[in-house]
Amino acid sequence: MSQVSAQPHAHPRRRQPRIQVGDRLLTHLFIWPTLILLIVMNVFPLFYSLYLSFTEYSGIGDTPPDWVGIENYEEILSNTGHPDKRDGNRYWHNFAVTGRYAVMSVGLQLVVGFSLAMLLKEKFRGNGLVTTLILIPMMLAPAVVGIFWKLIFDPSKGIFSYMMYTSNPRDHAWLADPELALWAIVIVDVWMWSPFVMLLCLAGLRAIPDYLYEAAAIDRASAWFQFRRITLPRVAPLLLIALLFRTIEAFKTFDLVAELTFGNPGGDTTEVIALRLYREAFPPQFNTGESSAAAYIILILVIALSNLYIRALGRLRED
Amino acid sequence: MSNVDLQHITKQFKDVTALQDVSFSVQDGEFFVLLGPTGAGKTTTLRVIAGLTKQEHGNVLFDGENMNELPPADRDVAFVFQQYSLYPNQTVYNNLAFPLRAPLRRLSKDIIDQRVREVAEKLRITRLLERKTAHLSGGEMQRVSIGRALVRRPRIFLMDEPLSNLDAKLREALRVELQHLQKTEGSTTLFVTHDQIEALTMADRIAVLNEGRVVQIGTPTDIYDHPATTFVAQIVGTPRINLVPAVCENGTLYITDSDIHLPVPQDCPLPETFLLGVRPEDVQPTPTGKLVGEVILTEPLGVETVIHIKSGERTLLSTVSGIMEARIGDQLKFDIASQRLHFFDMKGKRIG
Amino acid sequence: MATIELINVEKKFGELHAVQPVNLTIPDGEFVVLVGPSGCGKTTTLRMISGLETVTDGTILLDGRDVTWAHPSERDIAFVFQFFALYSHMRVYQNIAFPLQAQGESRTTIRQRVAEVSDLLQISHLLGKRPGSLSGGDQQRVALARALVRRPAAFLMDEPLGALDAEFRETMRAEIKRLHIDQSATTVYVTHDQIEAMAMGDRIVVMLDALVQQVGTPFEIYHDPANLFVAHFIGSPGMNLITGRFANGTIHLPGDNRYTVPESWVPALQAALGSEGDVVLGFRPEATRVTDTGQLNSTVYAADLHGGFIMLHLNLNETDIVHARGSREIQYPIGTPVRFDLDPEMVRFFDPASELAIRKAVD
Repeated sequence: MSQVSAQPHAHPRRRQPRIQVGDRLLTHLFIWPTLILLIVMNVFPLFYSLYLSFTEYSGIGDTPPDWVGIENYEEILSNTGHPDKRDGNRYWHNFAVTGRYAVMSVGLQLVVGFSLAMLLKEKFRGNGLVTTLILIPMMLAPAVVGIFWKLIFDPSKGIFSYMMYTSNPRDHAWLADPELALWAIVIVDVWMWSPFVMLLCLAGLRAIPDYLYEAAAIDRASAWFQFRRITLPRVAPLLLIALLFRTIEAFKTFDLVAELTFGNPGGDTTEVIALRLYREAFPPQFNTGESSAAAYIILILVIALSNLYIRALGRLRED
Repeated sequence: MSNVDLQHITKQFKDVTALQDVSFSVQDGEFFVLLGPTGAGKTTTLRVIAGLTKQEHGNVLFDGENMNELPPADRDVAFVFQQYSLYPNQTVYNNLAFPLRAPLRRLSKDIIDQRVREVAEKLRITRLLERKTAHLSGGEMQRVSIGRALVRRPRIFLMDEPLSNLDAKLREALRVELQHLQKTEGSTTLFVTHDQIEALTMADRIAVLNEGRVVQIGTPTDIYDHPATTFVAQIVGTPRINLVPAVCENGTLYITDSDIHLPVPQDCPLPETFLLGVRPEDVQPTPTGKLVGEVILTEPLGVETVIHIKSGERTLLSTVSGIMEARIGDQLKFDIASQRLHFFDMKGKRIG
Repeated sequence: MATIELINVEKKFGELHAVQPVNLTIPDGEFVVLVGPSGCGKTTTLRMISGLETVTDGTILLDGRDVTWAHPSERDIAFVFQFFALYSHMRVYQNIAFPLQAQGESRTTIRQRVAEVSDLLQISHLLGKRPGSLSGGDQQRVALARALVRRPAAFLMDEPLGALDAEFRETMRAEIKRLHIDQSATTVYVTHDQIEAMAMGDRIVVMLDALVQQVGTPFEIYHDPANLFVAHFIGSPGMNLITGRFANGTIHLPGDNRYTVPESWVPALQAALGSEGDVVLGFRPEATRVTDTGQLNSTVYAADLHGGFIMLHLNLNETDIVHARGSREIQYPIGTPVRFDLDPEMVRFFDPASELAIRKAVD
């Protein structure tokens, strides 16, 4: 700065360097409100809940948090727990339900989504319209989806049982059947989120240059050989991304389950971990300390999972 | 018009050294070409001169005046980019007039009109003046870009590969026009290219750059006839110079792994092993030739024919004028013009 | 190996001709180059031969067998693409092995053939790498290896050097031609670069606007172009083409120049143009002889070094520029008057109305 202002007369056309100061000020003006909001809404709760997870504390009680060390974590992860707490030793059950749900739901979504993408990859009249129609489910709010699928599954009013069972459709209430309730939720999730997988796969498929298939045709490769050696490996990175997103989402699933079964039938046959967490953290339990610990365990799981995928993705990218 | 002085310019991008101690002077009215492969630092040099990139060390002087602290707008240079950076929704006329309409210039409409038409005439684009630039061909667009630089009458023209997006025939035509224009206008021009033909044909002087350093500065004839290193020798001339390892014994020069031997020139002290450079036009087939090799390939280019002659393990390229129908597998007699040999040490530096 | 025959092969997109009917016979082992500016139909022609594009009409014979409607995989041809079309998610080895694996060849055969062909192209050290990490030249070598490994009846190449840097292009040009000489496989090669066409082709097919302009050896195409387009397109710079008026055995050229037509040409010109008429005089830069006593006069517009010689750009008048060979020993400042003669063996004439070459009567 000083060098410039020292010789203003040598260059009469030179503009004052005011703009630089203005730029810097503007930068601050833009950044700070966001930063403050981020700190208040995200960073503080994150660390405060971490602290709470090491305490005995209830959000509605009037006793201050009582430091108990890793006791909460021990309780959740050891299979025993306090017998006086409701299902204190059943966290493992919730993880198992969540895991089953994730595998079933994500697996089906990948198959359905990829198949849809293969169909829609071809150019035909009305391609755009069909694609849009297929995408509608994922644009709806999960709560709305939950409500009307509840109606669909309703054995007396819904169309589902009516279509599935020729005799006594009213005897087949999937949402009330401990064997089938989880499958019912999976069906809804697949209906809602396969389009997302399809969209990603479609992007992947469309990005495969035609000349690769031309080269393969010249190389006398059969259609199946082309699919196995070109299509699949080319779409694999996007399938992996879909897998990552959907698995993380599956681990966090709450709204669909809350709407359709709220963990029932049988009290907890469909009680996924997020739902358990909700029950622990909010009325009537208000077990704030322990639920914070559970939340952190889920967070760590999800982070670990993401890392696994990102690493796998990185390896695919290298190739 | 001005002269340009670059003094010890160094530029670093993160951990990559883009320019290392680059110095040269461009005379007033000179056509100065920066030649080098991709990543040699040619464009960076140009951008430093324009003030678009700031150097870490060194000075940029115009007419002896230090430009280091001046922003691009105040350096009074014109920059022609590889991509024609025209305003697409404007007519050619408006594109040309744009630099003159800057309020600082306070030019009257008449003067602007006069200058635009003058430049359009020179570049043969008068008939295009009312057209929108989006509807022009590549050659026409680049003419307009050059016109927009010309119309300002800047101190210095900086051109960054302006011809490389054009097809071969257009490039040829515009190259000749540009050369004629620069000579008749006498404008100081720095021209960046990776195309050795452009460099040889247009330049008053050439600076050859490699990996951020200036390897050699000289007239096209200097560069072609007295390359300072094997790098320079290989970058100019097509087909490329023959470069083969050789040894000297008892006053005779032997090309290793071949049957080719030549008398050693008197005036040139040679190390035991060295690299011999021979331009293809200096390998001349003749019925009385003392050397012999097998024809393994001929490439008739029309104006000349490239003949690949194999002797032992070595292949020499020879160019002869016209279309020569040498048969593949034939034994061909040839001579090598011994007064036009190039010698380099094993590190690639010129000897003698 | 195979002969390729195109009989009235044409391609239309709607009403628009991408390729006007082509008749071409390529004997076994010949290297034919299709050359022309972009959009001239050369690539479409090649793709029709390969089967990647269907024909609108006509017949394609491969070794006498009608393959007009055969799938690419049934034609036993290899295709080399401009942008290599390598399977970038596979290693070099898998890329080369792909056509053999697709045929279900045994593992030992595959290993042996890949080794053979990678040895031939000197890419054995690259077999474990990914195509993306290779230089353009090496990528194209891999593409060539993939084409060679199957030992096809014919090679089709679509601008295989187009995506390469200049430094690789010259080397690869020689390598491909050398490969052809060794394998002597019928090859059809497409390029927009007339230098490549001249350097590589046994015969050249020049195309423009979906239409074949001329078919001939490099020598014929260069020295006896069929029309103005070919004359201008081939050579760098192209043939000098100056319009003048022919009368009484001389041509009035721009800049008050008079050119005496060589005796042997006069009857042909008279037959084509009558006793008087417009004519285009064509001559290559190397047909000029700069001498003080030259018949044509001009001034220097620009002069430049082309390695071994000087190329002079000479103004006949304001607008007509001719290119001529100058000596490296002489300086030619802009505006210098220069006189020159033309080699009578190397002048050609064209009818400006039809744009076709005027030929001497064959005796």
